[in-house]
Amino acid sequence: MKKILAVDDSASMRQMVGFTLKNAGYDVTEAKDGQEALDVARDAEFDVIISDVNMPNMDGIELVRNLRTLPQFKFTPILMLTTESGTNKKGEGKAAGATGWIVKPFNPEQLLTVIKKVAR
Amino acid sequence: MSIDLSQFYEVFIDESFEGLETMESELLNLSPGDVDSEIINNIFRAAHSIKGGSGTFGFNAIANFTHVIETLLDEIRNGERELAANHVDLMLKSIDCLRNMLRSIQNNDEQESQEANTLRVQFEAILEQKNTTDDSNTSNSDAVATQPESNGVASKQTKIQITNFFEIKFNPESHVFKTGNEPLFIFEDLAEHGELSVEANIKGIPELDNLVADDCYLGWTINLDTTSDEETVKSVFEWVEDDAEIEIKLVAQFEDEIEVESELDEIEASKHEPSLTESSTSVDLASATPATTPESLPTDNSKQNDSATSDPVKAEFRPVQKASTDNKKEPTKQESSSIRVGTDKVDSLINMVGELVITQAMLNELGEDEQIDHAKLLALREGLAQLAHNTRDLQENVMRIRMLPISFVFSRFPRLVRDISQKLDKKVDLVLKGEGTELDKTVMEKISDPMVHLIRNSLDHGLETTPERLAAGKSEAGKVILNAYHQGGNIIIEIIDDGRGLNTEKIRSKAIENGLITEESVLSNQEINELIFKPGFSTADEVSDISGRGVGMDVVKRNINALNGTVEVVSEPNKGSTFTIRLPLTLAILDGQLVKVGNHIYIIPLVSIVESLQIDMSKVNSVGGGMDVLRLRDDYIPILRMHQLFNHPEACQKLQGGLLVVVESDNEKVGLLVDELLAQQQFVIKSLEENYKKVDGISGATILGSGSVSLIIDISSVVKMAGLKRAGHVGLDFDKPLSEAV
Repeated sequence: MKKILAVDDSASMRQMVGFTLKNAGYDVTEAKDGQEALDVARDAEFDVIISDVNMPNMDGIELVRNLRTLPQFKFTPILMLTTESGTNKKGEGKAAGATGWIVKPFNPEQLLTVIKKVAR
Repeated sequence: MSIDLSQFYEVFIDESFEGLETMESELLNLSPGDVDSEIINNIFRAAHSIKGGSGTFGFNAIANFTHVIETLLDEIRNGERELAANHVDLMLKSIDCLRNMLRSIQNNDEQESQEANTLRVQFEAILEQKNTTDDSNTSNSDAVATQPESNGVASKQTKIQITNFFEIKFNPESHVFKTGNEPLFIFEDLAEHGELSVEANIKGIPELDNLVADDCYLGWTINLDTTSDEETVKSVFEWVEDDAEIEIKLVAQFEDEIEVESELDEIEASKHEPSLTESSTSVDLASATPATTPESLPTDNSKQNDSATSDPVKAEFRPVQKASTDNKKEPTKQESSSIRVGTDKVDSLINMVGELVITQAMLNELGEDEQIDHAKLLALREGLAQLAHNTRDLQENVMRIRMLPISFVFSRFPRLVRDISQKLDKKVDLVLKGEGTELDKTVMEKISDPMVHLIRNSLDHGLETTPERLAAGKSEAGKVILNAYHQGGNIIIEIIDDGRGLNTEKIRSKAIENGLITEESVLSNQEINELIFKPGFSTADEVSDISGRGVGMDVVKRNINALNGTVEVVSEPNKGSTFTIRLPLTLAILDGQLVKVGNHIYIIPLVSIVESLQIDMSKVNSVGGGMDVLRLRDDYIPILRMHQLFNHPEACQKLQGGLLVVVESDNEKVGLLVDELLAQQQFVIKSLEENYKKVDGISGATILGSGSVSLIIDISSVVKMAGLKRAGHVGLDFDKPLSEAV
């Protein structure tokens, strides 16, 4: 079973993402901000990481930068959840080492399509 | 797979309300001109989450509205715009408006909000101002970018199908793997669009000694025959376009005429597509002219959303006042049914249940033994003690789940004070203290309204106008302090102002006028001040918009009493007033003293017990009306015979040597005559009204360890039953006869 780490400070988004992915047969771990995600990830492995950009404590960009320094996440697909207004955030995310992005708002089907794209 | 999104609505609504609260309190922390970027960030993040969630869960009215707020915040955050006072006002209004929109979703009658439209126009006006002076704002210019010309062939009976032959050179930079991208996946995606052949270019591979395993040295040449256009092909490379050289060349193109039947629907659908606000994964139609506008694709979504938000607002433009009357339609359901609990609290619960299971296993093992010797008996007792300990811990922790910091209530007051002080034209500094003090959620929800009333009162009647303050030698700005702290099993909330204090003369004359007291009544200042809590008392000479809403202090007092709490006032002329609310931490559990009266066991709330003593007959005096009083130090304590009140003829009737529990209620002490004092313990309160009916003198019931039901005594009601209190009279009714008797 593919393991996914989903990071978002909004509980409803986290639930939606978590539920959708679990329903589709993924093993999902949730974290509420970058710091928590990093703490969880340090001693774990994931096949895909999905993270929001705007979060308290540690934002998504910083999280990607930190994850890429961990050996087990060197090549792991990391997707950012961005909004249409955040075009410069996409660039920042890419520069930090993000694999790609999912544009908000998205529906569960779109989420699964993108996940399938990176977790095969 | 379809997922019902409605299951996430409640969480979304809860967190949006929290987000709005954050926005509100942070906005109130802002002062125009001196902008703390961290505060702006917090506000932005909250707005951003609300927008993201509402878009995802299909609440487009909220998404569109928050979009303009977010845009403004983003500009302020990026230093492109100065924060102005009117921005703050507008955002505060928007927060109110969003709250109403969320509530209407809660009540399942989501509808167009006139107010939101009005406010949105104001935001757009602000955002426009910038655009005319500064054209560097790109988000709007995106909106006028290329429009898909997909329906050019709609009227024709046949359609031209175009097959494109692309040659793609794909040379990723060496670090491409470290972005988590996989060229193989890209090829697989391309293969979905048509016939694909891929050729690797291995020239770049270095000698083995120099080869870095993590790097990519390969390049590829890809040939693709597809009916998709260049933009679609390019979109496959979207995630790597900054990390690779990508060259897409249209080598050849064929046009075929094909049957139209099935195609027409698709074209019809495409005509409607731009009007949808929900962004769908772009339905790419083979366009007649393969446009080479590579940048336009990634912004496709923004285009749709922007055009949706900038939709001209309908002509029903109502003045703001009108819109605010719509607001008044407050929903009936105010108390939220769900609760959000910190994980640490849940963790400690789980931990405790674990302990409980261990204890249970231990007891179980002991119980299986046929014989119990002395050693086993000791072990059994130890196990039971452990069980008692665990149960108590568990109970306390479950209670803690319902506890929330009082900041949940306090946080709404800065806004209230700001609004009222603006209306009254008074300068007010609000100080919040002890915001972390925890309180039961139910109590919290019910204490909010009385507090609002008290604060309004302090601002309206307590604090003087600025000229008056200056004349009295006080600082220009009045001060209102909200303070919360724990004291024993209670939470104390104080509302302190440094205003003019209560006017005892005025209160007195008003009370005489209303027949609450007579001209001859001799009352201390404190007693006069307490009169403001009497029914039918209002000092405001004229009913003002702020405090005179027909709700008097008596209602405040009644509401607080209903929570087993009390409210008191202490006031000093020209120094100010302090209102003190005292509340039990929770409504569900009570520390009580078991007492025996005849064959029955009653419970007296421990908080109201002052002391228990054996009656010394030499200190008992009889006063009028068959009432006995006990002289206790400097007080005279009326003795209430519990067996009389609750009709237990079998109980001990004599005072001599009897036990007296001295209790206090509403600042009055009375003694309850009981037969026996039993244990003290915690009780879970069960409602008598729900299970039977309301009984005078009894506040509820509980079930004892023996399984029998025991009634909990309501002290203030018992005092009333005994006829000691008379409406409108401060102090106990026998005061006069007593002073004559002694």
